[in-house]
Amino acid sequence: MREAELRERLAATGYVADETLSMALHLALTLGRPLLLEGPAGVGKTEIAKALAEVLNARLIRLQCYEGLDAGHAIYEWNYQRQLLAIRAEGAGEEALFSEKYLLKRPLLEAISQPERPVLLIDEIDRADEEFEAYLLEILSDFQITIPELGTISAQTRPVVILTANGTRELSDALRRRCLYSYVDYPDRDTELAILARRAPDIEARLAQQIIGVVQALRREDLGKLPGIAEMLDWAAALSGLGINDLSASPAQVQATLVCLLKTAADRDALPPEVMARIVGKVG
Amino acid sequence: MAVTRFPLRAEGLADRMAGFIAHLRMNGMRLGPGETVAALAALSEVKATDPDQARRALKALLVPDAEGWRRFDDLFDSYWFNTGKQRQGQANAHVRVQSAKPALWQTHLGEDGAEQDGDVGQPDGSDDEAEGTEGRLIATRTEALSRRDLRELMDEDSLRAAEKAARDLARALRDRRSRRRRQATRGLDLDLRRVMRASLARGGEPLDLPRRRRPDRPLRIVALCDVSGSMTTVSRVFLAFLRGLISVDMRADAYLFHTRLMRVTDALRDHDSLRAAGRLSLMAEGFGGGTDIGGALKTFNEGYSTRAVNGRTVVIILSDGYCTGAPEVVADGLRRLQKRAHRVIWLNPLNGWQDHAPVAQAMAAARPYLDALLPANSLAALAALEPEFARL
Repeated sequence: MREAELRERLAATGYVADETLSMALHLALTLGRPLLLEGPAGVGKTEIAKALAEVLNARLIRLQCYEGLDAGHAIYEWNYQRQLLAIRAEGAGEEALFSEKYLLKRPLLEAISQPERPVLLIDEIDRADEEFEAYLLEILSDFQITIPELGTISAQTRPVVILTANGTRELSDALRRRCLYSYVDYPDRDTELAILARRAPDIEARLAQQIIGVVQALRREDLGKLPGIAEMLDWAAALSGLGINDLSASPAQVQATLVCLLKTAADRDALPPEVMARIVGKVG
Repeated sequence: MAVTRFPLRAEGLADRMAGFIAHLRMNGMRLGPGETVAALAALSEVKATDPDQARRALKALLVPDAEGWRRFDDLFDSYWFNTGKQRQGQANAHVRVQSAKPALWQTHLGEDGAEQDGDVGQPDGSDDEAEGTEGRLIATRTEALSRRDLRELMDEDSLRAAEKAARDLARALRDRRSRRRRQATRGLDLDLRRVMRASLARGGEPLDLPRRRRPDRPLRIVALCDVSGSMTTVSRVFLAFLRGLISVDMRADAYLFHTRLMRVTDALRDHDSLRAAGRLSLMAEGFGGGTDIGGALKTFNEGYSTRAVNGRTVVIILSDGYCTGAPEVVADGLRRLQKRAHRVIWLNPLNGWQDHAPVAQAMAAARPYLDALLPANSLAALAALEPEFARL
């Protein structure tokens, strides 16, 4: 699949990717390297993996990282309770106890033991501890996992690995070197219009212009949490649900629906009706 | 940006690619020979004759982080199109500060700047020249900026940078784990001893699996910032620094002092920076007046410190050490503080100056009771504190 074709097929699933991103995805597929996506929250990093899984018609396996994530939750764990029951009920021997039957596969092992190439999404890798990152490196380079009692399990197919990070912690150079990299920023005006048109086709062109104009203007304000794409889509849905087709004509509703865009009290205080009126006025 | 001349004669694409990787390496990206191979492999997957496609492919492959992402396009152009040298970084809020010193590389451009305009987009004319000029280093704006004295930095970006440096410091301190293990509901290891004990109640079956983990024992930060007259020039940056220090850890504490001492933790935690500034200025009546470090320390020791300072507390004092009170009082206050706290660190904005010796009497009296006296005269110095802190 060439790069342009990949972009089109992503668009068909509802994901509008810019050229740098589709190139990164294309290379991730052809070179078989993991792809690290960084960028602010709410620009659709996680969505990329979902869209890619849909394009490839592959299974999406997701590992959500958090502080304190350990091997038992990410790779595998023995099902101790079942093992105990088996000992009691059947007097099972050691061989039988340490078999696949009693193995709980967690996302990483799951991804490696798929017969068909899956998409493995490792979400918010920067939230996991550094020890886990080191472990992940081993898996990403060899695609094999050693279970002492069972032996080494090698990947039957190489999963497509997508990692996302928000920058809560600096990632190690080693991990960065193993990965392709793409920085996903807030989309520009045209891209965001295309996204809105794709996701909410029944919104009129003029209203869509206004919505994107306001959202883009808000991202230039000094806010604590900038509205992402999901917020923009929520807002568009709210506006069209209220039957609004001109923002400047209904300032009260605009102010009321701002809850979709602004998620902290300080940000709401920073945008009183007068300021919103000015922003909407500029957009036209 | 370090500039490499595009070599006129090269042994095919591989050679040129090696040159490009070397060019990136010279500009601070960490790339190995493996990347050269991977870059060639990547180009074979795309239409390499299309510069735009090649650029995007190499960008995804070679860039390691957000900083590199911003710089890559320029580096790419400078090598493959030989246009690197005229780039002037964009002007922004720093204009006032920058105008004091023109961009450092201007001098390097003198002789061949004009010629460059002519052959943009073409490989260079002569090969001999290329060898002579390869690898010149040209300082970047940010480096020049970060070494400037804090007194000249009052704009938004540098305040933000100070805040970030402080956050990194606070993180370096925070991430402490005990070496012992404690019983816990979740954790890495099984607590075998308790597994055994609990199994008795279940007829010898270890059904309950108590775990254990190393509990967090974070160091807590308490910062005392001098806002007296002699510090007004740097106090805005230090306030931003303070804000960064306490924003990472909910248990951190911040105080301002001049002739009196006041707790500003809650004001600094205010998410609305404008309101925070208002509250601070109300609190800091007499902001910019005289200093009484000894008195402030005394108040702190007698009041707040009983609650705020314990054996896992790092006390950071930001002050230039000029004070009106008796130096003995300062020494006495610090002695008491040091007994109570884990570490006492003094960050002095005068300290980083060349030939500066701590002549202020209070400073001399304080020295024996400090665990560290560190410079804090520039953003770079603030950022460089992190390894020092990590050692504490």
